[in-house]
Amino acid sequence: MAVNDLYRDYLLSWFGTEGEDSDVVLSSRVRLARNFESIPFPNRANQKQLAQVQSLMSSVFSDIETVCGQPFDVVGMEGITEVERNILAEKQLITTRMAKTPEYRSAYISEDRTVSILVNEEDHLRIQCMAPGLNVAGTFAAASKIDDAVEEKLNIAFDEKMGYLTSCPTNLGTGLRASVILHLPGLVYTRNMHNITNIAQQLGISVRGLYGEGSETVGNMFAVSNQLTLGFSEKSLIENLTSAVAEIVAHERRARKAFVAYSKTRLEDAVWRAYGILKYARSLGESEVLELISKVRMGVDMELLHGAPSELFSEILIASRPSYIRNLVGNDNLSDGELDRKRAEMVRRILAGG
Amino acid sequence: MLCDDCHKNEACIHITQISPEGKIDKNLCEKCASRYGNFMQEPQSEDYTVNDFLKGIFSKPSKEEAADVPHGLVCSNCGMTYQDFMHSGKIGCSSCYSTFRKQLIPLLKRIHGAVLHNGKIPKRTGGTLVVKQEISVLKDKLQMAVKSEEYEKAAEYRDRIRALEQKLAAEGEGAAVDGSK
Ligand SMILES: [Zn+2]
Ligand SMILES: [Zn+2]
Repeated sequence: MAVNDLYRDYLLSWFGTEGEDSDVVLSSRVRLARNFESIPFPNRANQKQLAQVQSLMSSVFSDIETVCGQPFDVVGMEGITEVERNILAEKQLITTRMAKTPEYRSAYISEDRTVSILVNEEDHLRIQCMAPGLNVAGTFAAASKIDDAVEEKLNIAFDEKMGYLTSCPTNLGTGLRASVILHLPGLVYTRNMHNITNIAQQLGISVRGLYGEGSETVGNMFAVSNQLTLGFSEKSLIENLTSAVAEIVAHERRARKAFVAYSKTRLEDAVWRAYGILKYARSLGESEVLELISKVRMGVDMELLHGAPSELFSEILIASRPSYIRNLVGNDNLSDGELDRKRAEMVRRILAGG
Repeated sequence: MLCDDCHKNEACIHITQISPEGKIDKNLCEKCASRYGNFMQEPQSEDYTVNDFLKGIFSKPSKEEAADVPHGLVCSNCGMTYQDFMHSGKIGCSSCYSTFRKQLIPLLKRIHGAVLHNGKIPKRTGGTLVVKQEISVLKDKLQMAVKSEEYEKAAEYRDRIRALEQKLAAEGEGAAVDGSK
C-alpha cells in the first residue's frame, strides 16, 4: 500500500462504529513499553545506539509481518515532512513527542492501521494496537503476540522483581497502558463528569479530555486508562479498566435517557442545528467542528437524527485536523481564516458523500 | 490572584489535571502555564501528567531518603547518577534499575503501591521466573490429577516438578540473594 494513503486517507478502521458498545465507546488501545537489554534508553542513548535499536528492529521486521498476517509500512520520521508527522500524530499513529523530535525515530504501521510500533520513542519499543469499540482484551492479545515475536530473537530488559524495565518508572512492571476513548456528551451536558473522575480516581483509572485544555474539554471525548502498571497482572489491569468503563458507559446511557426525558425537543433541535451548520457552513473553527460532530454523533446514537451515517463522525474528526488540511492543500502556511474555510469545505464534501 | 507555581506573576489561566495523586487545580501565570505544555487543540499525550507527577514526588523527598542517596553512585553501563534521575524523572538504561534498586523501591511504592512484578514474563530474559511459573502450572495440574484419581499422570507431574526444582536450586546458588546479578 502506498504510504501516501497514510496522510491523505481520512478513514481509520479502528475508529469506526462496528465495535462493542460503540454508542459510547469509540475505540480501545493497548500500548506495551519494551526496551532492549544494556542499550541506554532513548533519552540517554547516543546516535550510534539509537541506530543500533533501529537495526535490531529491522532484523525482526518480517517476523512481525508474519505474526500479524499483514504487511507494514516502515516510516522513518526523518524521511517525512513535519506536516506529515503531525498528520500521523493527529491520527494517533505516532505521538506528538515523536513528531517533534524525529531523529533516529521510526514507526512500523500495519496496512489496516490498527498496529503501530514506535521505535525510539520514550522507550526503545512502544507496541500499540487499536480496535473499534470496547475490546481492550483483544488489543492486548494482539500486542502481546508482537511482543512474543520480538522477544523470541532479541533480549528484552526484564527484572524478576520489577518486571519489564522502562525509561519512566511510571510504566515499570507490565509496561502496559490500556486506554479507551469514550464519547460522553450526556455526562458533560448534565454536568456529571466530575463524579466520574472521582470514581475513576479511586479505581486507579485516569480520565482526561482527548481534545482541549485542562477542564475545558472540547468535543466530549475522553480517554480512560490504567494508571498503575506494577504489581498487577495484565489480565487484572485490563479487567479493572474494562469494568470501570462498563460503569461509565452505563452512567452515560442513563444521562442521555434523562436528558431526553427532560427536554427532548431542545435536544433534537440542538442536534439538527449542529448537523445543519456542518452541512452548510462556509467557515468552521477547530473547536467548533469538534463540538458540532459530538452533537451529531449523539443524535445518531440516540436515534434523534436520521440519514447521517455515524461513521461520518470519525471521518470528519480526522479530516478537520489542521495538519491533515495543510497537507491536502499543499500549503504549510495557511492562514487561520483559510484553514477554517478549507475545513468547512472538507466537512461539506464528506457530508455530501465524497 | 497570584500564580500557584511561581507566586510572583498574576495568574491568567486555570488548569485541571488528573494525576495519580489526585486532581490538581491550579491558577497559573502565562509563563508557568507554558511549562505544562501546549495541549490546546492537540490530542493529549497519555504520559503528560507523569513528569509533573514525578516532579511532585521529588520536590519534597523526606530527609531520610535524601540522605540515603550516596553521592558518586553512578550506573556503570550508561553513566547516569541518581541526581540525573531526580532531575529528569527518566531512567538511563536497564542496568540503572539494579544500580539504584535501593533508592527506587520507596519511589515505586508511592507510584504503584507495589514493588513486585506480577505479570507477563519474557522467555529469554525471564530467568528463574520462567521455571517458577512452569512449576506452579505443573502443581495445579498435579492437584487436578490427584483429584480425578489419575495417579500415573500425577506421578509424571511430580517428577517433572522435582526436576525443575532441582534446576532452580542449582541456579539459585550462583545468583545473589536479591536476584540481581
Ligand atoms: Zn507563574
Ligand atoms: Zn544506566
